[in-house]
Amino acid sequence: MENQKNVQAREYERYVKKVTPTHSLPVNMARAFLVGGLICVLGQYILNTAQAMGADKEEAGCWCSLILIFLSVLLTGLNIYPKLAKFGGAGTLVPITGFANSVAAPAIEYQKEGQVFGIGCKIFTIAGPVILYGVVSSWALGLIYCVMRLWR
Amino acid sequence: MDYINAFWVGGLICAIVQILLDRTKLMPGRIMVLLVCTGAVLSAFRIYDPFAEYAGAGATVPLIGFGHLLYQGVKDAVDECGVLGLFMGGLRASATGISAALIFGYLASLVFKPKMKE
Amino acid sequence: MNERMGHQSIRFGEPVYIRSGASVAGKKEGEGPLGPCFDEIEKDPLAGEKTWEQAESALQHRAALRALDKAGIRNTDLRMIFAGDLLAQCTASCYNLAQLDVPVYGLFGACSTMGEALSLASMAVAGDFAEYAMALTSSHFASAEKEFRFPLAYGSQRPLSATWTVTGSGACVLSKEKSGAAVTGITTGKIVDYGLKDSMNMGACMAPAACDTICTHLQDFGRQPEEYSKIITGDLGSVGQQILFDLLEKQGYDIKRQHLDCGMLIFDDAVQDTHAGGSGCGCSAVVFASYILPRIISGEWKRVLFVPTGALMSKVSFAEGQTVPGIAQAVVVEHMEEKD
Repeated sequence: MENQKNVQAREYERYVKKVTPTHSLPVNMARAFLVGGLICVLGQYILNTAQAMGADKEEAGCWCSLILIFLSVLLTGLNIYPKLAKFGGAGTLVPITGFANSVAAPAIEYQKEGQVFGIGCKIFTIAGPVILYGVVSSWALGLIYCVMRLWR
Repeated sequence: MDYINAFWVGGLICAIVQILLDRTKLMPGRIMVLLVCTGAVLSAFRIYDPFAEYAGAGATVPLIGFGHLLYQGVKDAVDECGVLGLFMGGLRASATGISAALIFGYLASLVFKPKMKE
Repeated sequence: MNERMGHQSIRFGEPVYIRSGASVAGKKEGEGPLGPCFDEIEKDPLAGEKTWEQAESALQHRAALRALDKAGIRNTDLRMIFAGDLLAQCTASCYNLAQLDVPVYGLFGACSTMGEALSLASMAVAGDFAEYAMALTSSHFASAEKEFRFPLAYGSQRPLSATWTVTGSGACVLSKEKSGAAVTGITTGKIVDYGLKDSMNMGACMAPAACDTICTHLQDFGRQPEEYSKIITGDLGSVGQQILFDLLEKQGYDIKRQHLDCGMLIFDDAVQDTHAGGSGCGCSAVVFASYILPRIISGEWKRVLFVPTGALMSKVSFAEGQTVPGIAQAVVVEHMEEKD
């Protein structure tokens, strides 16, 4: 009985997939390529400029993140980033600007729910997992590195 | 030349992620987590560095660069001060990005009002 | 004599007249094909309030007052209101109804709530439990996005199967006093779950429920689709409509000639980029009050089966990987000659 239900559910899912229209993948990929590529070019420009002004490689990287994040937050506040994202898809999600957008958007949206439980909590709704799993995975990999170093 | 490399490598990563967005049920949040973890793993296997050498911002601007930064920070800190470094390095190395996003994001919540989508 | 039909339907002995219908819609809805039909178009998405949720309440309040006004009665004449919305714990309705000072039943049927409200209000009037009863629902794009999806400033791409939550509210006053349109029967919907989990394809989640309710209705009343001028679903959208046709064909019914969908009527996807159509419990309510009801009153449509559909899910059920079951409530609305 349960099994039969599962079979039915799978069949229906397959049928729905067949009749549901989707965006053209090549078109979306081309847009993502274009938008993502351009954001990276902008990043490269900031890197080069910072280095030309005497920053070392690490500092230049910091300036690069800083400026891109600032621009992304600004565009989010002006309601332009969502439009860019609608066109660019993953092209706006993958770069660090996507991370900044995911921080700024809930902060703006939830201001009505107060400083602490509104902005304070919700600012992490999308970015929190990124920070958490980034920290934990790098810690775990670091642990392996640590053990291997002792081994040698 | 570095511009061209940044463009096509960064663009390519985005285009590949677009496949995940369109063809799987992965939500954007999950994809971001995936990218950061991938970056940390690539970094740990020493694939990231030569790659970043070639692609420049094409490798550092996408979120995998963030993962690399975290792992690299942990690794350097471990080299510097042993086990304690496991808990210090990651956030120290990625501090600019996280702080900038939080600070600017917070300021934006003071300046901007929620707007309707059109 | 009221009569129970089959297992799920009721035929009212005396018609329950729809005394008035009122609609208040948002800016985007006003720019759509039905723009000229609405009683009021609120250009400000906040409707002069501070939050999206309050804005939704305000729209509902205005729709209720307009419906009372059109029916020529005061709020104290209403015995009860059946009201609902999409927000958690139906808060949009609560804050509106606190101001209206009328006895209330709060409903949740997701986007099918207008069907649920009309059914219950008709029953209350048919059973002589109320001389006047109101059915009232609302939804708001921004409050729904915030509740169920992402903050509005977050960048994301909507799949083509996604629907656009309608900003607006619709209200109807029912009574036994004569008018040009009346509810003559209802079919209560069952919850139908085909195991789909995609909340971005709600049409596909709800189509099986719509099919179930429509088939049951036709069997309970012993009618054929041809006996209806129109069969109008709530917010299946273009994807759900296709699926509904396919599912009904398997049951031996063809409603392609009669079928309309409120979600597909309210927006023009080619211009407004809304994808599959409109949705939300405001969608079927404003389309019913502004577009369907006048056509029934004028006699252009003699008998309409109005079937709002709902996708029953919450943020928690979605996060926990539950399926999205659907429901559909059917209401038969017929043209009535006002003169005896």
